[in-house]
Amino acid sequence: MLTITDLHASCDGKEILRGIDLQINAGEVHAIMGPNGSGKSTLANVLAGRDRYQVTRGTVKYRDVDLLQMPPEERARAGVFLAFQYPVEIPGVSNIYLLKAALNAVRKSRGERELDAMDFLALVKERMQLVEMKEELLYRSVNEGFSGGEKKRNEILQMAVLAPYLAILDETDSGLDIDALQVVAAGVNALRSPDRAFLLITHYQRLLDYVVPDVVHVLIGGRIVKSGDRALALELERTGYADLTPALTPATMLDER
Amino acid sequence: METSSRDIETLVRREYEAGFVTDVESDAVPAGLSEDVIRLISEKKREPDFMLEWRLRAYRQWLTMRAPRWAHVHFAPIDFQSIVYYSAPKSRDDGPKSLADVDPKLLETYDKLGIPLRERELLAGVAIDAVFDSVSVATTFKDKLAALGIVFCPFSEAVQKHPDLVRKYLGSVVPYADNFYATLNSAVFSDGSFVYVPKGVRCPMELSTYFRINASKTGQFERTLIIADEGAYVSYLEGCTAPMRDENQLHAAVVELIALKDAQIKYSTVQNWYPGDEQGRGGIYNFVTKRGACRGENAKISWTQVETGSAITWKYPSVILEGDNSVGEFYSVAVTNNMQQADTGTKMLHIGRNTRSTIISKGISSGRGQNTYRGQVKVLKSAENARNYTQCDSLLIGDRCGAHTFPYVEVRNPTASVEHEATTSKISEDQLFYLQSRGLAAEDAVSVVVNGFCKTVFKELPMEFAVEAQKLLGVSLEGAVG
Ligand SMILES: Nc1ncnc2c1ncn2[C@@H]1O[C@H](COP(=O)(O)OP(=O)(O)O)[C@@H](O)[C@H]1O
Ligand SMILES: [Mg+2]
Repeated sequence: MLTITDLHASCDGKEILRGIDLQINAGEVHAIMGPNGSGKSTLANVLAGRDRYQVTRGTVKYRDVDLLQMPPEERARAGVFLAFQYPVEIPGVSNIYLLKAALNAVRKSRGERELDAMDFLALVKERMQLVEMKEELLYRSVNEGFSGGEKKRNEILQMAVLAPYLAILDETDSGLDIDALQVVAAGVNALRSPDRAFLLITHYQRLLDYVVPDVVHVLIGGRIVKSGDRALALELERTGYADLTPALTPATMLDER
Repeated sequence: METSSRDIETLVRREYEAGFVTDVESDAVPAGLSEDVIRLISEKKREPDFMLEWRLRAYRQWLTMRAPRWAHVHFAPIDFQSIVYYSAPKSRDDGPKSLADVDPKLLETYDKLGIPLRERELLAGVAIDAVFDSVSVATTFKDKLAALGIVFCPFSEAVQKHPDLVRKYLGSVVPYADNFYATLNSAVFSDGSFVYVPKGVRCPMELSTYFRINASKTGQFERTLIIADEGAYVSYLEGCTAPMRDENQLHAAVVELIALKDAQIKYSTVQNWYPGDEQGRGGIYNFVTKRGACRGENAKISWTQVETGSAITWKYPSVILEGDNSVGEFYSVAVTNNMQQADTGTKMLHIGRNTRSTIISKGISSGRGQNTYRGQVKVLKSAENARNYTQCDSLLIGDRCGAHTFPYVEVRNPTASVEHEATTSKISEDQLFYLQSRGLAAEDAVSVVVNGFCKTVFKELPMEFAVEAQKLLGVSLEGAVG
């Protein structure tokens, strides 16, 4: 599904990702953990096509195409979905309008017919049950005045409606109470399928109690310093990242000065 | 940042689609202004004496006046002697008796603009008066409206058939000596629409005038007068386009609205005059005086405008709130792109008790466009418990444009409450990326954000016009769901 090879990316001349290698197969759930500022969101944004970050080296292959060559909207239409760490407010644009425009853009690019209002509404209502979201939020402006939890649920709702092949969740669990966390987890679990893959970016292992990952990676200083199974996440919770951080290489130390 | 805001700017660039010229022979008076030209216009229209006298009074007044300088707009002085003050398509000497008499070329013109005038294609629920250069070329649904006692006709016809109404109300809201451009209009106005809705009648369809400037070197000076008698209701729409030309053309219209006791007038404009090219060559100077008077208890006047065209827009649709409990509203979207300039806003004059006014202004600037909101809220001593709410939002696209806000408030009654909120925001890359990452193309993402910004104004427009307005902003229609 996704093959990342030696990926380097910078922002304003500062190198943030320093050689990422990652292979995700269809049906798998991968978790990426790491301390603040280690480059998790940068990786997610580079995969989604944010042009603020420049890829300086490496390749990303997604379902046999070169992902880095595609503008963000084409990546989305090809089935890449990013649930944002900080979802953006768009005043005056109703949530349901965005959902419909997004779904139809994706369907159109796949040569499928656009859904009419009735079918669309039926689909949305069904998917909403997954995230236990209040219907009223559909008719409000996108994320405007939503609570933190509502914003995150809204991201999961968009994911459920768009049914991507590769879903990247950037700290969707952060700041959620336990109930909301379980709702998000249930949403992810319901969507797990043999032809879909997940990349869960998280700061805490808590989410992984509910969504059991196939592989756990630790990202520090723009590199994956360790990979393992679920046990790695539990171990990290006990020991923290400290044991892994001394791995500052001469190169990174140079940058740091 | 620099490059990415330029990128956003290119996304809002659009072609002007109404820029073609119709090849019709026209009957025009020679360029320039004099008493003779005014007499000639009046004679061509076979006007009664009172009308000619009114025009001449205005003309003499105008000779003593100077063009205003206070607006935040810049342009070379206008040579008023080089303008043609009257131009009519030739085929129409006595005015078409019915649509069958209208020159097919004119019908085609309106077809191309998406305004069908032929009976079989009429828009259900919208009666249209089509004004081509200086004259009205067709009015639809006239008979149906007449059955309800509603008068909807070209202004020049009203002067003939309803002289008493014209005499009573013309200049009663915008006096002929009001301001430089209104006074010029009073002297030379050619045509426009006249509406009278009798007591207690609710006009069952939208009344609409479509203004088209076609001839070159010609100014358009239309005059519109709408009277809603006690308890009446009418919704009126106005649209405008012009061909693309290198020269600047002057459009100096006057609109007067009169709402009597318990009456309501809703006036909507989608203004899409030719804005000039990217370098600022050509385009219409849109210098317009629009004012309404609530002349009785519970009267209500709402102005909704979407101003996307014109090289320069200079207009302040206003409401004089005389009647107790009367209501004035102003909803505006003004877009300036490339070299366009807009200085627009409203005046709310509170005279009666418990009068209320609402002002929602949305300014969008991109390219090197300059967008100014100028508004005045004035509460007189008599206006016990007057209320005003004003909200002015500016959206900047790119970093070479400008937004300016000049709110003037004058309150002479301590029981009044006047509230003002203003925001300025930039279209954010975060918003655009968010939408793109949901599958929307970059241009569509900009449109969605802009459309969202204008939402509170668009929802005041009648359906057909909301569609048109969104199209003008390059937006596909929202609201099919939700
Ligand atoms: N747009 C940006 N401009 C400058 N520096 C950035 C930008 N985005 C991220 N960074 C820097 O890159 C590093 C990684 O950030 P980020 O990917 O957000 O980390 P994480 O998500 O793991 O907390 C941080 O040092 C951060 O300051
Ligand atoms: Mg992050």
